[in-house]
Amino acid sequence: MAEERKPKVNQGPGPRGPRGPRPKLEHPGRLLKRMLGYTFKDYAVQWIVVVICIVTTVFSSLQGTLFMRTLIDEYIVPLMGHQNPDFGPLAGAIGRVACFYGLGVIASFMQSRIMIFVTQGTMMKLRNDMFEKMEKLPIKYFDTHAHGDIMSMYTNDIDTMRQMISQSIPQFLNSAITIVSVLVSMFVLDVPLTLITLLMVGVMLVAVKKIGSQSSRFFMAQQRDLGKLNGCIEETMTGQKVVKVFCHEEESLQTFNELNDQLCDSACRANLFANIMGPVNAQLGNLSYVVCAVFGGILAITGISGLTIGALASFLTLNKSFSMPINQVSQQFNSIIMALAGADRIFKLMDETPELDEGYVELVNAVKNDRGELSESKERTGLWAWKHYHKAEGTTTYRELQGDVVFEHVDFGYTDEKMILHDIELYAKPGQKIAFVGATGAGKTTITNLINRFYDIQDGKIRYDGININKIKKNDLRRSLGIVLQDTHLFTGTVMENIRYGKLDATDEEVIKAAKLANADGFIRRLPDGYNTMLHGDGANLSQGQRQLLAIARAAIADPPVLILDEATSSIDTRTEKLVQQGMDALMKGRTNFVIAHRLSTVKNSDCIIVLEQGRIIEKGTHDQLIEQKGKYYQLYTGNAVAQ
Amino acid sequence: MLKTLGAQIKEFKKDSILTPIFMIAEVIMETIIPLLMASIIDDGVNAGNMKHIYIVGALMVLTAILSLCFGIGGGVFGAKASTGFARNLRKAMYENIQTFSFSNIDKFSTSGLVTRLTTDVTNVQNAYQMLLRMCMRAPVSLICAMVMSFYISPRLASVYLVAVIILGCILAIIVGNATKHFNQAFPKYDDLNESVQENVSAIRVVKAYVREDYENEKFTKASSNIYKIFCKAEGIVAWNSPVMNFTVYFCILLISWMGAHMVVQNELTTGQLMSLLTYCMNILMNLMMLSMIFVMMTMSAASARRICEVLNEKPDLANPENPVFEVADGSITFDHVFFSYRKDADTPVLKNINLDIKPGETIGIIGGTGSAKSSLVNLISRLYDVTGGTLKVGGVDVRDYDMEALRNQVAVVLQNNVLFSGTILENLRWGDKEATEEQCKRACELACADEFIQKMPDGYHTFIEQGGTNVSGGQKQRLCIARALLKKPKILILDDSTSAVDTATDAKIRKAFAEEIPGTTKLIIAQRISSVEHADRIIVMNEGQINGFGTHEELLASNEIYRDVYESQTSGSGDFDEKGGM
Repeated sequence: MAEERKPKVNQGPGPRGPRGPRPKLEHPGRLLKRMLGYTFKDYAVQWIVVVICIVTTVFSSLQGTLFMRTLIDEYIVPLMGHQNPDFGPLAGAIGRVACFYGLGVIASFMQSRIMIFVTQGTMMKLRNDMFEKMEKLPIKYFDTHAHGDIMSMYTNDIDTMRQMISQSIPQFLNSAITIVSVLVSMFVLDVPLTLITLLMVGVMLVAVKKIGSQSSRFFMAQQRDLGKLNGCIEETMTGQKVVKVFCHEEESLQTFNELNDQLCDSACRANLFANIMGPVNAQLGNLSYVVCAVFGGILAITGISGLTIGALASFLTLNKSFSMPINQVSQQFNSIIMALAGADRIFKLMDETPELDEGYVELVNAVKNDRGELSESKERTGLWAWKHYHKAEGTTTYRELQGDVVFEHVDFGYTDEKMILHDIELYAKPGQKIAFVGATGAGKTTITNLINRFYDIQDGKIRYDGININKIKKNDLRRSLGIVLQDTHLFTGTVMENIRYGKLDATDEEVIKAAKLANADGFIRRLPDGYNTMLHGDGANLSQGQRQLLAIARAAIADPPVLILDEATSSIDTRTEKLVQQGMDALMKGRTNFVIAHRLSTVKNSDCIIVLEQGRIIEKGTHDQLIEQKGKYYQLYTGNAVAQ
Repeated sequence: MLKTLGAQIKEFKKDSILTPIFMIAEVIMETIIPLLMASIIDDGVNAGNMKHIYIVGALMVLTAILSLCFGIGGGVFGAKASTGFARNLRKAMYENIQTFSFSNIDKFSTSGLVTRLTTDVTNVQNAYQMLLRMCMRAPVSLICAMVMSFYISPRLASVYLVAVIILGCILAIIVGNATKHFNQAFPKYDDLNESVQENVSAIRVVKAYVREDYENEKFTKASSNIYKIFCKAEGIVAWNSPVMNFTVYFCILLISWMGAHMVVQNELTTGQLMSLLTYCMNILMNLMMLSMIFVMMTMSAASARRICEVLNEKPDLANPENPVFEVADGSITFDHVFFSYRKDADTPVLKNINLDIKPGETIGIIGGTGSAKSSLVNLISRLYDVTGGTLKVGGVDVRDYDMEALRNQVAVVLQNNVLFSGTILENLRWGDKEATEEQCKRACELACADEFIQKMPDGYHTFIEQGGTNVSGGQKQRLCIARALLKKPKILILDDSTSAVDTATDAKIRKAFAEEIPGTTKLIIAQRISSVEHADRIIVMNEGQINGFGTHEELLASNEIYRDVYESQTSGSGDFDEKGGM
């Protein structure tokens, strides 16, 4: 159904384009060290073997190159002109070289096999570490970072790092070893020619630097334009229906075309410079080859440095093997920069301060003895108690979990500069229903973020069963609170699994019972596979109302003493809500309930209604009391006055 | 698929043709170089002929320079062609999306469209550049080297031919196997990312239920699965380089052995032997390159397919041949209207709807979730076409109107409404490009938005962030209403557009509508009885059918559903919202 589809802004799964210009790296060296350290730590042995393999590969191919000299000089030239040439020595030499080659092949095979495990293993570890770290981060991190940016770390940034580990690093090692060994061999063969080659390499490096700096300048511009265009695309695609309704196609096309042309321009330049880097280097390499050939030819003919034809042949091959790795390294440049930028973001995530938990009061299963005293129990008793260790006296006390919540002079702001809530005072006893009403932005949802310590308050105290919630272990605190959020989120999995999320060891019967309580059983049974229907993409195949019913069932199965319902029924039509309400009332019985709703009919039967305005409690009382007061609630309720 | 994509090359045809030509020219130059090399050694060095060395050396420098020019040319044209092609693809898709009807948009998800316009295009762009620059280069280079080898010594060259065939077969098997595995691996990888996505957006749920460890365990399992699948797929690819190395080495040794014999027997010169060995590398490297290109192509084929889906999507709705441009008045007539979103649906979403709405009437629409309220009003501005019956606006079938003319007269405030990044004024002017600031202010006053806009730091010039994140839900809805009002429509449809606005403001907006735009037909979908009870007539929708149609009092007396809803919202104390509104 089209009308019930929830727009998904910035939530698309899958790879996403880079966002905005990439910041300049501050300590590329330190980053590189950390990144290498990350993979070396677990795969030290493998990396050593890989390095040995690379050395072997390089030397075996070098042996082959040098063999060409011996082939011509020592085996072919002496045989020339003989009537009955003896090919025995040649066969022996070829056999020896074949051994080297064989070693090279084995080494290259081992290298590629090991690198797969190293790369994929490192990626797995990185992903797991990132995810584990992410789960530990406070809610604040998620509220202050664009979800698209977080996702982009798992897709784009991991991918660039994978490329760096699997390609750039081995390539670099290979090139470095090749360069050194080729250089040594060249010096051995002929010094003057080597110097000429080095001169040409110098020219090559200058060219690389010149082109490279141009290339990375346009590359940055391309990333910036790509970010802009992606932003534009995301926005219009999200609002495409609005574009249609307002016949705004022309204008939206115009904006798009401008950005598209801009990107095309900068991308063309960036690609252009990247493209010509190769030919320029290759031809400089060829030029170096020619120059060496001419000089080598002269040297060989005049016999000045004792250079033989075979040596010249080998040297020229070496010359080619020398410029190739330099060429390759220069082409890896951009991808290394990209990988480091990605690593920077990933390590920043890993360095984020996790959610701190200095709480020590634990929630334990308890049994009550005849005298009504509580003691800890290993088994699941259904009776819960707070285990409170008093450091000063060295004693441990137990207090039954009841769900008594008290706010004392609570001040709160998401940042220290701007306070959202001021001097909030409230008392909620088990079995009571406390409702918050007020205009959007009055701070209703914020209050619920405080009880479970998604955010910590700046001033004042919140007590749970008389214990300051700062002393309670966060996990135990949250376990004792059930919450149904304004934005319903479901997970990929069956309906059954989604409800069971509230209590992982719940039986099927318990799940169905909870669904019935939330009045969700009916529609679930009508789904194609009933309770086993798979939900995808945040339950996109369900209506908003149906998703809310599932979220209520999920809270019901957790069976917590305190229940927070944040606009839990806002998308359920009033007729269905009435039905759900019965279930909700049953659910709320015996618990402490915090209810946020904009439909006043939902909150009317509350024990206490709290009217919030700009973060302050302006009225408090039962429905009848508030109506009597003829204040804000009365106005809201009757719609008589302008409420802003 | 190739035809669809090829059609988007357009003005970059020239560059697309020049690129491979330049690349081929470059390759030919590069093939000549070893030949000249051999000449230097044979005719120059061996003959002690310095003059020859100079001449051929100069010739080689010339070739290198030419090769450089061709290489740069290929790079420049390749960059132009590929980025231009990408631009055209994006543009063509975007243009086509603009012609999409609602049902076309429903078919693709928002994120799906975004991915197609961004990542997929980038993939195709890279593949196209690779195709232009390498796909011709590699085979031509291979053939050139092969031809030269045959020219030097057919006997030795046949060794290469055999090697190429054998290596080609092995590479084909490896690549074929690998792509099969990769095609299985990528969806799994997408699943993993989706689960991260879920955890990011649902982090409050995860934390509220203390399920961090549970999620970690789930993720680690999926992640190690990915590890296994990718190791397997890449394990196959890992055979590439050793097989390649083995073949190259084998050829070199064989050529050395055979070549040595030939040189000794004066059938071959040492220079020629050198050249042959150089070509050996050349031939097999290019073969390797070809197999890499093939892998790249298969990987980007999925992206290309997804792009084509958008390009080939035909808009469901089209303008009639002789469209009507004038909407006479705001009357609406539904005559036995049936509607379903999918052609093959068993039960229609709307069943046999008959309605007659007069110009200037205010109609309230109420009904449970999924009762097809939105579907009903979406037909009026022809966002979807009816599947049966006729729907007339101003006495003319909506299918006979020019769509733009119709939509300019029928303003819809959608349920999921969106503001765009830009100032408030810019957003309002979506309704009317030429609207003065005065007119915008007036519309905002009607929609009760003026008051909060005035309080904002820059008033009407306040910048709205992408997705309208810096205004509250209620404020957003009021801005959207004002935006629709600026169209000065003959019909105004509010699809649950005041749900986040408090009751009092809601009443004020309705009052303003009644007083200020009495001639406009108003259709108001709402959950709250208070929002519709003062309408001239109220439609009660139930399961795609009209259950009741009449005034508040009539329905209260005769309609069970309406009474139910009314009571559910007013039970307890009977005065709920009684005095709201007028």
